[in-house]
Amino acid sequence: MITLPEIKKSFFVSLWFMFLTFPIMVVRVNPIEKAVEWRWKNLLLVGVGSFLLSFVWRYLFKRKEAGKKKEEAGYDSGAKSFFHIILAEPKIYKPFLIGIAFFALAFPFIFSIYQTNIMTTALIYVMLGLGLNIVVGLAGLLDLGYVAFYAVGAYSYALLNYHFGLSFWLALPIGAALGAFFGILLGFPVLRLRGDYLAIVTLGFGEIIRIILENWNEFSFGPSGIANIPRPGFLGIEFSLQGATTFMYFLMIVLTLFTVFVVNRLQNSRIGRAWIALREDEIACQAMGIDKTKTKLTAFALGATWAGMVGVVFAAKTTFINPASFTVWESIIILCIVVLGGMGSVIGVVFGALILILLPEYLRAFSEYRMLIFGAVLIIMMVFRPGGVISSVRRTYRFEGLTGKRDKTGI
Amino acid sequence: MKTILEVKNLTMNFGGLCALDRIDLDISEREIVALIGPNGAGKTTFFNCITGIFPPTEGEMFISPPGKQRKSIKGLKPNQVTENGLARTFQNIRLFQNMTVLENVMIGRHCRMSSGIAGAVLRNRATVEEEEAVVEESYIILQKIGLSEYVNEFAKNLPYGAQRRLEIARALATEPFLLLLDEPAAGMNLRETKELDELIVRIRDSEGVSILLIEHDMKLVMSLSDRIFVVDYGKKIAQGKPEEIQKNPVVIKAYLGEDFDA
Ligand SMILES: Nc1ncnc2c1ncn2[C@@H]1O[C@H](COP(=O)(O)OP(=O)(O)OP(=O)(O)O)[C@@H](O)[C@H]1O
Ligand SMILES: [Mg+2]
Repeated sequence: MITLPEIKKSFFVSLWFMFLTFPIMVVRVNPIEKAVEWRWKNLLLVGVGSFLLSFVWRYLFKRKEAGKKKEEAGYDSGAKSFFHIILAEPKIYKPFLIGIAFFALAFPFIFSIYQTNIMTTALIYVMLGLGLNIVVGLAGLLDLGYVAFYAVGAYSYALLNYHFGLSFWLALPIGAALGAFFGILLGFPVLRLRGDYLAIVTLGFGEIIRIILENWNEFSFGPSGIANIPRPGFLGIEFSLQGATTFMYFLMIVLTLFTVFVVNRLQNSRIGRAWIALREDEIACQAMGIDKTKTKLTAFALGATWAGMVGVVFAAKTTFINPASFTVWESIIILCIVVLGGMGSVIGVVFGALILILLPEYLRAFSEYRMLIFGAVLIIMMVFRPGGVISSVRRTYRFEGLTGKRDKTGI
Repeated sequence: MKTILEVKNLTMNFGGLCALDRIDLDISEREIVALIGPNGAGKTTFFNCITGIFPPTEGEMFISPPGKQRKSIKGLKPNQVTENGLARTFQNIRLFQNMTVLENVMIGRHCRMSSGIAGAVLRNRATVEEEEAVVEESYIILQKIGLSEYVNEFAKNLPYGAQRRLEIARALATEPFLLLLDEPAAGMNLRETKELDELIVRIRDSEGVSILLIEHDMKLVMSLSDRIFVVDYGKKIAQGKPEEIQKNPVVIKAYLGEDFDA
């Protein structure tokens, strides 16, 4: 039922929105004719739109609150979402997975180079998200300077290739190793910090790396960057542009699968357990004999390793890098991927990356409102699904009898 | 009997507050010792000092694990103390709430396992076997503590008494020779307290561990302990057998206030 107070509330909401959007939606200055356009129609649209949306919003909010109460009252299964039900049922998700696999294989042959390129970029972010997920989602360390390790990887390939002609395939492990090295280097002093302090220090570190790259001309060629980085070869085959794009795409598919595999295994291991415990309670964790520093450092270094590796791929894909690709904004996007997708959840992060990278691309049609929609989606997501699109339902170790047979259920 | 823990002259200052003032304490093999005192006496601080959470201002701490050399545990990190065979529970329950009961105990086994990143990724034979063994060992510990019915539950869904016992199970999983229990009976009802009493004796007998417990429930303390140490305002005011402590006027005065004439 819609009551009078609700209508009144929505009315004020729409007034407020009209006021807020007035400068951007209504007033347009035309500098050529030196005139001001008043687009009153837009005002009406915003008013009616926000009036109606506020009802939807309230309805969703009520539903969410009701769900929460149910959960508190002990109806546990109520928390299971649509995704979790699908993912728990092999009969449903297996054909689904096979479908996705076929689609992924056929993608570069169906769509244009442009589309394939966008998808490759999205996969790069999937990998970055999965790497950061180790640090943020599993170990609970808020790292805002993740992009620094990405830069380390990219520049290590670019510079090693420029000076010594190192090939992509050699640079890949070297980039990963350098990422790990820098991860440990930064991790040692900062990992004794907690939460917000860690976030600030890593943020600073990310900027330091970028500023060094921007200003140390002799080393990194400054803001003009490094061009003509070779694409990866494969058994000496010369690729056309089309071929190279397709190859890059498949390379990323393989690397992404590899990442999913590794992250999954790590999650369900002695170290993965320690990370989760560390996130839950540091003091109890130490009292159980877990070396806090070492465990955190492992997570941090592993995350950095992945960033380093992806950095090499990025350099090879774009064939040109400069410090502008490694701003704080990138770190924030990657963090958004992890948080929006669902911290600690591998499938969630994959989804998050695809949404966050593909959405702005395909929203280009809405050009000027692109970022507005993007922001709105983020806010709505966080209000209604604070755990992420596919919140993490961890595989828990289950005991099924003293036979040594152990079964893991869950997602 | 062999002494397994010696604490000498332990002092802990928080700024101007002297939470522990030159405390001496010792525990022998297979002994159950209680540490009692009014609220704020410094009991938990004592635990925090020996388990490495706070570095003590002054004093010495030595352990002599069965079959090993006597060594100082001063300056060790908490996880190193645990590796050396001291395990503890917490006054305010500190379980890993979003992990299952089994996983909580498995975390306790962490320091007795060895597989690393490579093992986790490759999942080689040694790792798989170690993981399987850990699951079984953890289950056996849960059986001993009487928690096997909850094995796959999340820790947060356990009744209060069971959570307290899970803390003990988790501590036992680290293979300690000395178990430090901080108010294990807090919040338990009469029946649960009685079960805890039996459980503690059983752990001592079957595992051969010594136990140092902080407790406010005097009935439990008197029935369990071989010896009692009493602290008040950070100072040790008495030590001895339960019967001696019960009659000690200094202890009675500390508990009942200055005005009380015994
Ligand atoms: N981290 C700390 N910083 C400053 N003061 C502290 C700290 N921890 C404990 N104290 C102080 O030390 C004194 C002893 O505290 P402690 O927790 O050891 O008491 P307790 O004997 O365990 O009491 P209870 O029976 O209530 O658990 C108290 O006055 C307390 O305020
Ligand atoms: Mg206390």
